[in-house]
Amino acid sequence: MTTTSVEAPPPPSVETLTPVRKPKRGGGPGAIVKYALALVFLIIVLMPLYVLIVTSFKAGSDIGVASQWSLPETWTLASWEKAWNALQPAFFRTFQLAVPVAIISSLIGAANGFVLSRWRFPGADVVFTLILFGMFIPYQAVMIPLREIVTTLGIPPGITTLVLVHCIYGIPICTLIFRNYYATTVPEELIEAARVDGAGLLRTFGRIILPISIPGFVVTIIWQFTSAWNDYLFAIFLSNTRNGPITIALNALAGAQSPDYAASMAGALITSLPTLVVYVLLGRWFIGGLMAGSVKS
Amino acid sequence: MRKLRHWGPGLLLLSPSLILLAVFVYGLIAWTTKVSVSDEHNALGSKGFAGLENYTKLFTNDINDRFTHSLKNLLVFTVVFLVGAMFFGLLWAFILERGVKAEGFFRTVYLFPMAVSFVASGVVWRWLMNPNKGDSAGGLNSVLGGLGLDFLQNTWWTNPDWGMAAMAIPAIWQLSGYVMALFLAGFRGIPQELREAAAMDGASTYRLYRNVIFPQLTPVALSALIILGHMSMKMFDLIMSVSGPQWLTEVPAIYVWQTLLTSDYAKAAAISIILLLLVAVVIVPYLIYTNRQEKNA
Repeated sequence: MTTTSVEAPPPPSVETLTPVRKPKRGGGPGAIVKYALALVFLIIVLMPLYVLIVTSFKAGSDIGVASQWSLPETWTLASWEKAWNALQPAFFRTFQLAVPVAIISSLIGAANGFVLSRWRFPGADVVFTLILFGMFIPYQAVMIPLREIVTTLGIPPGITTLVLVHCIYGIPICTLIFRNYYATTVPEELIEAARVDGAGLLRTFGRIILPISIPGFVVTIIWQFTSAWNDYLFAIFLSNTRNGPITIALNALAGAQSPDYAASMAGALITSLPTLVVYVLLGRWFIGGLMAGSVKS
Repeated sequence: MRKLRHWGPGLLLLSPSLILLAVFVYGLIAWTTKVSVSDEHNALGSKGFAGLENYTKLFTNDINDRFTHSLKNLLVFTVVFLVGAMFFGLLWAFILERGVKAEGFFRTVYLFPMAVSFVASGVVWRWLMNPNKGDSAGGLNSVLGGLGLDFLQNTWWTNPDWGMAAMAIPAIWQLSGYVMALFLAGFRGIPQELREAAAMDGASTYRLYRNVIFPQLTPVALSALIILGHMSMKMFDLIMSVSGPQWLTEVPAIYVWQTLLTSDYAKAAAISIILLLLVAVVIVPYLIYTNRQEKNA
């Protein structure tokens, strides 16, 4: 009975990550302009999505450049079937990539973030800036030797290699997200109290910190899941159409000599579904993740 | 000393990540730099020291000035993309900031494109920006025709003069929502007292924004510019999936890949390092600046 005597604070709400202030509702002629603009933008944003959907249900002569905006003459699922058959293996492979990446990177990020948010060691700023820069490097600058290492060691191209690579290059962003999260949500007294109770660092982390880290985890999991799912650059360097993730398969489907446009559109939708589902379900945290990925505060 | 002993486990938690980053970020960058100053032209070639020859050749006797052409392309793309995304992002945030019913809905939809992979959005934009005009006009051209804006019709990414600017359209579509999210957070971060004080002084809405609110957004705008600029330099998958590896729309990030396909590692490495330097010029001062800000806070 040592650590339990410390009462953990309730998990912080989402608002900690994305402050939301209820705006004042305006009226008058300004409101008309405001809503008109909001609607125009809504239409612009949704137009490509509309074209994706209608084209994916078209067949034969229906699929013409000049008729991109029109609804299908006859609705058919043929292109969806074709796209699904082409993408299915890669679709499941990409889960095998994105799920482990999301979990492993988040755990690494939580551990690093906790240590870095509490430990002021000499040169901490320099070390931290060096870590952060890892987030911004163009991966082309490491790709040539990376591929040489992979080939020399005889590591087969494909999902396992990509999991490793995404976990390594995900360290900076996950560390940053958790460091900022802990710095703003975990009071110093809580750590002190745990120390007084005789809990070591690892124990404090496991018993006290991890349980209140859920919002942080949601952010890094969404972030790493979507970036691993959507990645194309690592995929093209370190895998191929037979063992690569879905972006490679989609590109093969859509980039053929004479691409089947309806199937390409269906394929693009299939490819986007998991990330869109994640975004719609966890959208509030998604925004938090975007912020944490860019602004240090 | 007592503190240091206490943080022993902290060092234990942190060191694997630090070692991985040291090797896979800084070690591999050093490796790429070494390749870039070698005379290794293919996998079987010698590995002598070539000095800066690979770099100077890029600017002097590159085929058709391909590298300088790709740099010009990058510049055009970056400028159009930054201006477009900042403009729309700020406008959307401004509208939502003024208080709109169903704000959450608009915010969710505006952020939609961000969740989709560049490869998937490339598929639909390649289709929408079909170069045809007149009766067989593609999606974007027929919308412009329908709105009576025929003079804006373009052959998009196949246009030698406007191809690179056109390539920014999908990028703007995809990332304006992100800029909006940043600015919304910026708006929400402005202390309510400032607005109230301005209202007490009888400031008009115009003056309120002009003199109080917009100046407060400068740090957000700076972050957004830096992040977008950095994304722009690394942009690979979107351009690849809209136009393919075309000379017309080639940027350094793609030229690296094209060079690697010819097994000219030294040249590819030199382009990568130049790309890295371009990113570093933008990012490093920003990291140092934000670090200093944080310390002062």
